[in-house]
Amino acid sequence: MMVRNFKNIGVTLITKMIKARFLNPPKKEARSRRRPGRFPWPLLPVMALACLLLLAILSAPGGAAGPNLFDLVVEHQLKNGLKVLLLKEPRAPIISLQVWYRVGSRNEELGKTGISHLTEHLMFKGTEKYGPKDFSRLVQKAGGNDNAFTSRNYTAYFENGPKTELPRWLEMEADRMRNLKVSQEDFDTEKKVVLEERRLRTEDDPVNFLMEEVMATTFKAHPYQWPVIGWFHDIETISRDEFLQYYRRYYSPNNCTVVVVGDIDPQETLKQIEATFGALPAGPPPPPVTALEPRQWGERRVVVHREAQLPFLIMAYHTPNWRDPDAYPLEMLARVLSQGRSSRLYHNLVYKEKLALDAGADYNFDSTDPSVFTLYGQPLPGKTVPQLEAALEGEVKRLQTELVGEKELQKAKNQTVASFYMRLDSLFYRGMLLGRLETVAKWTLIKEFVPKILQVTREDVRRVARKYLVANNRNVGILSPIKTDKPKMERFSPGGQIN
Amino acid sequence: MDRLIKTFSCWLLIILVWSGAALAAASPRVLGVREKLPNGLVWLFSEQSGLPLVTLKLLVKAGTLQDPKGKEGLANLTASLLLSGTQRRSATQIAQELDFLGARLGAAGGDDFAEVSLTILKKDLAAGLDLFQDILLHPAFAPPEVRRKVAEIKASLKSDEDEPMVVASRAFNKDLFGAFPYGHPIRGTQAGLTAITPKTLKEFHRRYYRPNNAILSVSGDLTLDEARKWVTQIFGSWPAGEIPPPQLPPIPRLQEDRVVVIDKDISQANIILGNLGISRANPDFYALQVMNYILGGGGFASRLMDNIRVNRGLAYSVSSGFSPGLEPGPIAVSLETKNASSAEAVAQVLAEMRRIRQEPVTAAELSDAKSYLIGSFPRKMDSLAKRAWLMAYAEFYGLGLDYPWRYPDLIRNLTPGDIQRVAAKYLHPDKYLLVVVGKKSAMPPPFGVAPRAGGEEKKDVKKQTHP
Repeated sequence: MMVRNFKNIGVTLITKMIKARFLNPPKKEARSRRRPGRFPWPLLPVMALACLLLLAILSAPGGAAGPNLFDLVVEHQLKNGLKVLLLKEPRAPIISLQVWYRVGSRNEELGKTGISHLTEHLMFKGTEKYGPKDFSRLVQKAGGNDNAFTSRNYTAYFENGPKTELPRWLEMEADRMRNLKVSQEDFDTEKKVVLEERRLRTEDDPVNFLMEEVMATTFKAHPYQWPVIGWFHDIETISRDEFLQYYRRYYSPNNCTVVVVGDIDPQETLKQIEATFGALPAGPPPPPVTALEPRQWGERRVVVHREAQLPFLIMAYHTPNWRDPDAYPLEMLARVLSQGRSSRLYHNLVYKEKLALDAGADYNFDSTDPSVFTLYGQPLPGKTVPQLEAALEGEVKRLQTELVGEKELQKAKNQTVASFYMRLDSLFYRGMLLGRLETVAKWTLIKEFVPKILQVTREDVRRVARKYLVANNRNVGILSPIKTDKPKMERFSPGGQIN
Repeated sequence: MDRLIKTFSCWLLIILVWSGAALAAASPRVLGVREKLPNGLVWLFSEQSGLPLVTLKLLVKAGTLQDPKGKEGLANLTASLLLSGTQRRSATQIAQELDFLGARLGAAGGDDFAEVSLTILKKDLAAGLDLFQDILLHPAFAPPEVRRKVAEIKASLKSDEDEPMVVASRAFNKDLFGAFPYGHPIRGTQAGLTAITPKTLKEFHRRYYRPNNAILSVSGDLTLDEARKWVTQIFGSWPAGEIPPPQLPPIPRLQEDRVVVIDKDISQANIILGNLGISRANPDFYALQVMNYILGGGGFASRLMDNIRVNRGLAYSVSSGFSPGLEPGPIAVSLETKNASSAEAVAQVLAEMRRIRQEPVTAAELSDAKSYLIGSFPRKMDSLAKRAWLMAYAEFYGLGLDYPWRYPDLIRNLTPGDIQRVAAKYLHPDKYLLVVVGKKSAMPPPFGVAPRAGGEEKKDVKKQTHP
């Protein structure tokens, strides 16, 4: 599956949507965000994984030709616990600075959901030194762009732009790690903005709404059950004091990784980081998340009745994450099912059977805690959810009984390798990969990844299909459209269709 | 949504340049090499050797502008079907070959052109180019594939209506452009798609897919000699043809402000307010780019964001943008706000439009906008794909491959007077098209239940055309 747009990555919210648009490719790609068949969920992990694998290949002995990027990473830990990862890439006089905090919605509690994401918004409200409106303006004035994003597992801030700005941006980021100043008025206003964001993303988007329901059904003991943006009423009722407490608890050097990628001298950059972040005192270690989702003993189903053009079906299965050896065959399984037009779901369900407008699979390899493997699809007009569900189950059954083709598995491995090179074309993405992996796992996971992916056998794929894609472990979500009249347009003559 | 989304990313689209300076190996003053094959194909090349990849982008002047009346969606459908089978290969074979290479080959329609693009590992280039040539020159347009694709596009057009901003944007374009092709979605209309036959597609392809009607941009891990060899081998035999001149209906002109309210049971009002803007060839482009940055294109540095989001908390996203094509595109503001604040948000948009028309922008605003536009260039050119795209873009719109080095002066010399002049010329707070998609019963007047005096009643205003 291709990554379409930041906005559609349900697990990762971007504070400044307008800028998210700007960050995205120009018009022709930008419009793909409105393309059909979008599955608004965890695309980012796939993308991250893709890069991860490429890095791994580049660094593996006897791997594909190319620069050994992995060897160039400079890793360092400051005395206050701050982790630093630096990667020199002098192709243009630009850098990407990224500050990754190990806090996301998994660190929240019921009644206060969304506080991580709200905090991310409030991080742009200024400090003693930089006024409430200064931060982004200073960055943009220099030709840079800044933004931030929150997921279940992390919150990250970044500035991309001319390398000459790095010292100032380091200073600004270090400053707001400990010295944020948020007035009650700014706090109240920003909550309104976040509520608008929730309306936009979820309340008025039936498929995203369904996804929320599925996750709430899939997890009952673990915080992955609530959405990153939080429940509406929670956002409304979080207080400024609660936010401040949350900020102080999680925004400390010992809970953070700073990544710089681009045209840098790593030793010089390290000095600059010492001079800025190095001056901050370590905080008490944040409380660990101990929740563990218990085994599921039977299928759960959830139905959403909302106004929608077409139904939607999601099937989520509990699966282990990167810590488990089964993660690698699960990754291959997802690709065999849904990478490219020759993949099983596209070829069989979309192309051959003309059953679905879109169908796919997704696997969360690199989440901090075990997450899900997902199958999903949108029936074409005239086709039904039960038909699509039966077809998806048929594909699962096939994987559990027959071995995948030898060439088919090789194709999945080839696709993985090639797409990694393509992803690495982006400087920002290289930084994102490092920061993300270090935050959810460890960035050196790269070393283990490729050999393990290349070792995946056809038997492994069948084994994990049998182990995890079973009815008792399944959570099914169905969007069932309510019949309504066509939206009425005031201006056009009767019969004037909205295309 | 297509066109509107394009609008909002447009200004920066244009500035995807500059770091070409750091990247161009041969000459620092142009983006790449420009050559022409005997059959008329202009091709551009930039050597980029960081990763073992090659990217090709082919723009064919066969976009929405070439859609015949009554067959809306033909240009896009033609492009989309290139991957659905050739005289030698079935759709399934194409997919299998591509996926085994891990290559990306795509074909899609656009407003001004269709685009066929390939990104592939260098070691697989021969196989990739063989596919590229086959789908470009010998598409089959087999009836079952046509039926399948048409059904898919129709369903996707329908499914998109779950996104209120898409509904708003379609209504906005339809009303702004009338019968002019920019008025319908690139993917077409249900009726237009129904009218298209395999024969129509073959004819459209035969007519417009010609080397003298296309631009090829190549970037990647190749030498110029290697690139020339490949381009000649793959595209040299493509026969030239006579291209019929476009026959475009006039774009209607707004006489006074018009409000379109679409009732939908949602929590936010999705709002688009704007007018007809400019074409890419209009010299006002640069002043408009700066004006737009200050008004609503510059994110948190912009007035609309500051006013409507930061100070009032009325919206998560609010921005302005303009979308210049071969023909004039829209200039518009878009935002989403809870139904109850729709009127307040629109009032603020209009107030900001008036302010930037009436008062010169401050020296600081102007200088910040310029330094952003000029200074953000390097990042807009820092990948193979972006570079290939930029070369093609510069060639297509006649900007020249030295565009990145001319750009700073085009921006730097603008004065507050220039900004005010284009604001007054292109923003019309008293004569605009406004589309609101929201829940009528939850919206206050003028969009809610109580009708606004002179609002919806104006719906039958006669359209006039540009001279």
